[in-house]
This record gives sequence, C-alpha cells and structure tokens, in this order.
Amino acid sequence: MAFLNVLPGAISEGLIWGLMAIGVYISYKILDIADLSVDGSICTGACVCAVMLAGGNPIWLCMLVAILAGALAGVLTGLFHTALGIPAILAGILTQLILYSVNLAILGGKSLIAIDIRSADLLLHMSNNPMAIVSAGLIIASTIVVLWLFFYTEVGLTIKSTGENPHISRAQGVNVNLNKVIGLAISNGIVALAGALLAQYKGSANINDGRGAIVIGLAAIFIGLSVSLKIKPNFVCSLIGVIGGGIVYYIIYNFVILLGLKTDYLKMLSAIIVALFLAVPYLKTRYFTKQKPIPINAGNGGGDNA
Amino acid sequence: MLKITNLQKTFNPGTVNAKTALAGLDLTLKNGDFVTVIGGNGAGKSTMLNAISGVWKPDYGTIEIDGVDVTNMPEHKRAKFLGRVFQDPMMGTAPDMEIAENLGIAARRGTKRKLRWGIKKTEREEYKKLLATLELGLENRLSSKVGLLSGGQRQAVTLLMATLNRPKLLLLDEHTAALDPKTAAKVLEITNKIVTENNLTTLMITHNMHDAIEYGNRLIMMHEGKVIVDVSGEEKKKLTIPQLLELFEKASGSEFANDKVMLSK
Repeated sequence: MAFLNVLPGAISEGLIWGLMAIGVYISYKILDIADLSVDGSICTGACVCAVMLAGGNPIWLCMLVAILAGALAGVLTGLFHTALGIPAILAGILTQLILYSVNLAILGGKSLIAIDIRSADLLLHMSNNPMAIVSAGLIIASTIVVLWLFFYTEVGLTIKSTGENPHISRAQGVNVNLNKVIGLAISNGIVALAGALLAQYKGSANINDGRGAIVIGLAAIFIGLSVSLKIKPNFVCSLIGVIGGGIVYYIIYNFVILLGLKTDYLKMLSAIIVALFLAVPYLKTRYFTKQKPIPINAGNGGGDNA
Repeated sequence: MLKITNLQKTFNPGTVNAKTALAGLDLTLKNGDFVTVIGGNGAGKSTMLNAISGVWKPDYGTIEIDGVDVTNMPEHKRAKFLGRVFQDPMMGTAPDMEIAENLGIAARRGTKRKLRWGIKKTEREEYKKLLATLELGLENRLSSKVGLLSGGQRQAVTLLMATLNRPKLLLLDEHTAALDPKTAAKVLEITNKIVTENNLTTLMITHNMHDAIEYGNRLIMMHEGKVIVDVSGEEKKKLTIPQLLELFEKASGSEFANDKVMLSK
C-alpha cells in the first residue's frame, strides 16, 4: 500500500529525469561524447527558473531563459572541446565546476531558493501529481516530436553522422566541430529544461540539485534502451524508452527507500546500477560467449555477397 | 585541375621517429586525367591524398584545385572539391544510418546545410536509380542501415557518395585493398564506369600493378615522397609489369618493396 502511495510521485519525478536523460542521450548516444556538464546545467536550469519566478516573471519566460542558459553551458563545453582541444570528459568537468560558481551567483549566494507556490503559476508541483504527470508528459511529447523532426533535417542528419563517423562527415563537407557545439547546446538546453521542471516540482532550487545527474541519465538510458531496442530500434522508440527508463529508475529508487535503505546510500546505488549495465555486455562477451562450431564451407567467404 | 608544388611534410619532426613522408612533391593533373598511383611501403601515396584532402597542413608547398589555392583551407571546406573513398570500408559511411541518409548527406557536400528536409522525396527515386546501376541489389534497400552491408557493398555506396555531387577531383586510397579478389574486381569495374562516364579527374592508389596498368590514362610511381615515374598515353597502355618494375628500379636506384604488391600476385 505504501508503495502505491509513492507511485504517482515516482512517475512524476521519473518523467522529469527521463527528460533530462533525453538530453544525455543526445550527447552520449548521438554525439558519442560523455558530457559531464549536465550535472551543472540541470542545476542552472533549476536556479534560473526559481530566481526568475521569484522576480515575478511569467512561467514560460522562466523556462525559456532556463533552456537558453543550459544551451549556453553546452556551447561552453563544446568550445572547450573543439576550439581549445580539451578532451570531452575534461571539458565537461570544467564546465560543471564553472557552473557551480555561476549557480551560486544566480541564487545570490544562497544555497537554496524556495518558490512561492501560491503566487507563482506553476506547470507542475508535487502537491498535485496527476497534473504534474500530464504537464511533464506534454512537454516531453513535444520535445520528442521536435527532436524527431530536427534529426531529419539537413543539419540534424549531419549531427548524427558527426557522432557516428566524424571522418566521413568531414570528407562530405560537414563542419564537425560546429556540429558538436550545436549538439551539446541542444543536449544541455533539454537538461536545463528538466531542471526548470524539477525546481517547480519540488518548489525550490538547491545548489546541490543535479549532483550525479549524469549517472541517473545514463541509468535511464541503459534501462530504457535494453527494452526499446528489442521492440523497435528507431529514434522515437529509443527516446520513449529513455523516458520509461527514467520512470523505472525512480520506481526502483522509491521502492528501495521503502525497504528501508538509508537515503545516504542512494547515490551509490545509482552508480552501481550504471556500472552493472555497462559491465554486463562486456562480461557477457568476455566470459560467456561460447565458441561456435566451424561450419562446413568456412573458407574465405564473402566473395558472393559483394 | 590539380597542381601540387614542392609539397613537404615530416611527421614527428625533431624526434627519433621523424619521418619525411613528402619530400618536395610536384604533380599536375589535367582535367579528366585518371591517374593510377603505385609505390613501395611508405612512399607517401596516402600522405599525398591526405594532404590534398586537408587532414593536416603541409610543412611547405602549395596545393591548387581548379585554380583555387586550398593549402590553408580546412578539411570540411575543401570537401566541396573532393570525392574520397578510403581503404577501410568502415571509414566511408555512417554505419547506423540508412543508405538514403548517407547519400542525402553526400548529395549536399559543398552546400550550406539548413533546417530543411535532409532527403527530398524526388531524391529517393534518384538514389534508387543510381543504386540500381551498381547491380548489387541495393536499390530496394534505401532504408537499410549501411552497417548491415558487406564490405564490397559499402565501398560501392561510398563510391556513389563520393561522386553523387560531381567532385572536381576523386581520391581513391586503395579502396579495393580490403576486399576479396572477386569483390575487389567488381568494385573496380564500378569505379571505372563511374569515372569514365562522368569524365572525373581521379587519383587512384592501388597495390595491384596489373590494375594500375589496365585502368586510367596515366600512371605515376612514388618513392620517398616524390613522383619518380610518370607515364601516360600509348606508352602506358603498352607497359608490362616487368617493365614497370625495371622503370622503378632505374629511377629509384632500389628494389621495389611493397608487401601488399608482393602478396597480391
């Protein structure tokens, strides 16, 4: 019974983190870059949204500025990586650190800013989970549609090819560096949007929001893709899978809390989940692959299927 | 069409691993030249193609394509002049994207990419016809991921990508070397067809002396970062492999040494 009580909240939070995981999907899966700046940019999104709401701005403007702030963080990581030649992982870590200071500045030196939920007209809040699920669902659906259309455009196709094969992309006249910057901007913009939703949902922005976000994002991706790739391996299905992964992650999360695990250990649990998902495919090929019997006619084949 | 003047490149300069790959290379190609390139191990053949493509900047010298000095032009910008096919079939395509998507990206080489559809409906029909000319049964697999194709099919698709938007210069870097003999012959036949039908100016590196003589209107041999033998026209047509080896030994003062050539008899 207790579990059913926390379920709506778990789904709401899962949707928000699933949206964040879509941002991570773009950098990690499409661009093939493990971008650690998301830990900072989700918090930036939350801080910008909370502070602007406190300033009496309309909610749509708060969220728009949050997205732009996140995109800017992505541009910064992109430029560290492409213009200054810093390895992508390190570029993300640098941005993450810069964002910690920036986020503190946005919060005016405080570590937490509460949103006055009576005066602000929020899209979603934890006091009304059914509505939060609908609002988050609609935002996610429109994000997926926009991304789906975008990745069929001329620019979108070359961003995909940049991640898959930068070599041939350059040979086909694609500005690979520019594409990485654009891709990271989109990725972090989505992550910051998730941050803005998170701030509204919790009714506050905290300087520690988003610590370990990349790990949660990856967990959602791995959980989601392990199912969706088996159903239909296409873009939209993958994104829906990632959202599902976020929800499953939060259901597990809440379940473990109910079982009595101290919340102090939850970050460790997230890391272990991700480590397992990364390790299992490797261990499978390393230790559990049986040698196939050699078929008859196993000469230097391939000649006929030119 | 192509004019390379005194091109020089040393890798790892000032270290024990210093290697002079291009040592004052001069080469001029006329419009429509189909040049086959052979040479020993480390003669600078691939280095030459990489220099033309702009993978890195040369230490010295200039490269002109169709009258434009491209020496300092970044790789993705000079791509508008060039069609490229590589030795590794994995290198020429985006494996997790559809054949049509790969072709769509290639069709827009040299144009500014915008937020409009990456592949138009009419283009799909056009790609279908082009794929049919390959005679590899790919015309009905426009939506297949390129990663599912065999090495030979991939090289053929890469060849199509390189020539879809007519390049000023086609660069083929041993593009059949990784294929089995039968497939290699088929890909080479397609290459010859595309090059001659479109009258493309082409540089083709090969390790097969027989192919080097049979295809193209001109043959160059490289050694230690320079062109040491350059034959064309009637003289090239009449060449035999022993003559070619003799030419090489006379010009270089050493024996022809290329593992692949030796192994590919």
